[in-house]
Amino acid sequence: MANKKQPVSSVLGMGPIEPDISGSSRINVDDTERIWSAAGGALLATYGLRRGSFSGLLLATLGGFMVYRGASGYCPMNQALGRNTAEPKADDKAVDSIEIAKSLTINKPRKEVYAYWRQLENLPQFMFHLGEVRQLDNKRSHWVAKLSDGLLAKTLGPVEWDAEILAEVKNERLVWKSVADARIDNAGEVSFVDAPNGQGTEMHAVIKYRPPAGQLGGAIMKLFNPAFEEMIKQDLRRFKQLLETGEITTIAGQPSGRKSEQQSGKKPVAEQAKIDEKHESAML
Amino acid sequence: MKALCYNGVGDLRTERVPDPTIINPKDAILRVILSSVCGSDLHLLNGYVPTMREGDIIGHEFMGEVIEIGSEVKKLKKGDRVVVCSILGCGECQYCQSTQWSLCDNSNPHAWIPEKAYGDSPAGIFGYSHAFGGYAGSHADYIRVPYADRGCFVIPEGLPDEAAVFASDALPTGFMAADLADIQPGNVVAIWGCGGVGQMAIQSAFLLGASRVIAIDREPDRLRMAKDISGAEVLDFSKVDIQQALREMTGGRGPDRCIDCVGMEAVSEGLDYYYDKAKQFVRLESDRPIVLREAILACRKGGTVSIIGVYGGLVDSIPMGAAMNKALTFRMGQQHGQRYIPRLLEHLQKGELNSGFMLTRKMSLDEGMAGYDLFNKKETMRVVFAP
Repeated sequence: MANKKQPVSSVLGMGPIEPDISGSSRINVDDTERIWSAAGGALLATYGLRRGSFSGLLLATLGGFMVYRGASGYCPMNQALGRNTAEPKADDKAVDSIEIAKSLTINKPRKEVYAYWRQLENLPQFMFHLGEVRQLDNKRSHWVAKLSDGLLAKTLGPVEWDAEILAEVKNERLVWKSVADARIDNAGEVSFVDAPNGQGTEMHAVIKYRPPAGQLGGAIMKLFNPAFEEMIKQDLRRFKQLLETGEITTIAGQPSGRKSEQQSGKKPVAEQAKIDEKHESAML
Repeated sequence: MKALCYNGVGDLRTERVPDPTIINPKDAILRVILSSVCGSDLHLLNGYVPTMREGDIIGHEFMGEVIEIGSEVKKLKKGDRVVVCSILGCGECQYCQSTQWSLCDNSNPHAWIPEKAYGDSPAGIFGYSHAFGGYAGSHADYIRVPYADRGCFVIPEGLPDEAAVFASDALPTGFMAADLADIQPGNVVAIWGCGGVGQMAIQSAFLLGASRVIAIDREPDRLRMAKDISGAEVLDFSKVDIQQALREMTGGRGPDRCIDCVGMEAVSEGLDYYYDKAKQFVRLESDRPIVLREAILACRKGGTVSIIGVYGGLVDSIPMGAAMNKALTFRMGQQHGQRYIPRLLEHLQKGELNSGFMLTRKMSLDEGMAGYDLFNKKETMRVVFAP
């Protein structure tokens, strides 16, 4: 099979911005330490999961953390302590950024679509994986992710970052980048174009991120990338639903014969994120 | 409330489930008065549609009474007696606004499932698997109807429930089959399948100007109805060579328009049935396109083949060479019910179309599995549940 490596953003003429190399995409654990960390972590995690008790879960969590540390070459504790056991030119070893490009057409005027998006506080309404976006000033904003996976959330801790708008053309284009030392270095561009024949607005989004992981971790993250892509696509679809119909299409809270769902009754929209995430990860 | 739930291939159970509630502002809750079985449910029940989950409430052809409306429902009010299109359309996306309702961009909350297989996502459908949205179906005491102003149509006074219920699915689907076929005055139309959709397609074809309709099936009861009620000439494919018969009946030309009202679970008397059945069994093919192959061969040169019987996945041995060299036009799709239902209710009221005869058995929800067994064995035209 041909290796189709040309990024989609280049077809769209978008996405020239690369995320910073900072925070967790940097490697600060050296190779030997990484191998031991990963191997020991895997043992601990297996042992912990076998025990099945609460303390077993703790062990498993610790093991998971060590595997992550080994796989990624990034240790938040090292970072906090200013300790770097990797080679001096660690920055050069940061993995390539991963790109996600998604487009869809929204049957609303460009001005309206842009205005809703530009009000960044609106984003968590349809991006269920965001806990909060706070606009700090006209250019800077603070982002808080919402991790669905309990273990992952415990291992990574809160995923938050500041972002800065680098370029803005009203009703046309927004380019942003996470500010140095972000938990996940990321950058992105959204552009809004009139669709032909009055079909509304074409929205093109390109998001690039550096996985919180080193070379090996990068490979693992690439396995998960389809899920992230799907997540972004779902987010954009909900954006479209909200703008076009004023509501987000859902079946969360409807009756079924499944006993596990029968206590739940009516659920607020935010709760449905969990259900959607479950479905999304089931597709992996 | 009581609801008929899917519990696995060939396993339906009437269960107690929670009542539906308004979830979104454009929702309405209906008390279901009548809810019909449909041929496409058999695809679910026989295991040809993946993404069914245990506990899913099935049923998509229904009418009832509005008992609760969301804050953004403007046209409906409590107490309205309505028939509901089986396919959901938001009314706001580009597809809905150009009346291609079954292509709605927004009504399928699980759009990512069909997108993997189809490249795009069609609209959501009530009670029709998670690939089509996972909406709770109508074989229940109550049902939640999203985008209620778009999908619910008030039934004119004097039109009985038993006729109106089919304006939900069988009638608009059959009518669309005839509409897609682009029937010109005087055309001879051949229709495969004399179930509910087939019967409605026969009547619609006449309404749109067909001079003759030739209907094909093998169930004696269905052929009798096609002939006596819907007014078609009929052919029993278990008794006659369809290709030869259609040629001879049309002066050697072949029918001008061919309509497939059967879809992926077609049967035939020939070897091709066993060929497709075997391939389906080992998952080399998901659908049995027996009717489609026949229609392509039978159709006159330059004619149109309209496909309304449901296909879900892959087919093979389609005589593409015949289709290409005979310059056939193919038209197909799930019904755009919201486009047709108002007009069809009028036709029903004026007696220009007749749908009530299709209700051959009325049963309670408790008899759900038995009802589907009867229907699956084709022992009755349509079982309709009255919760």
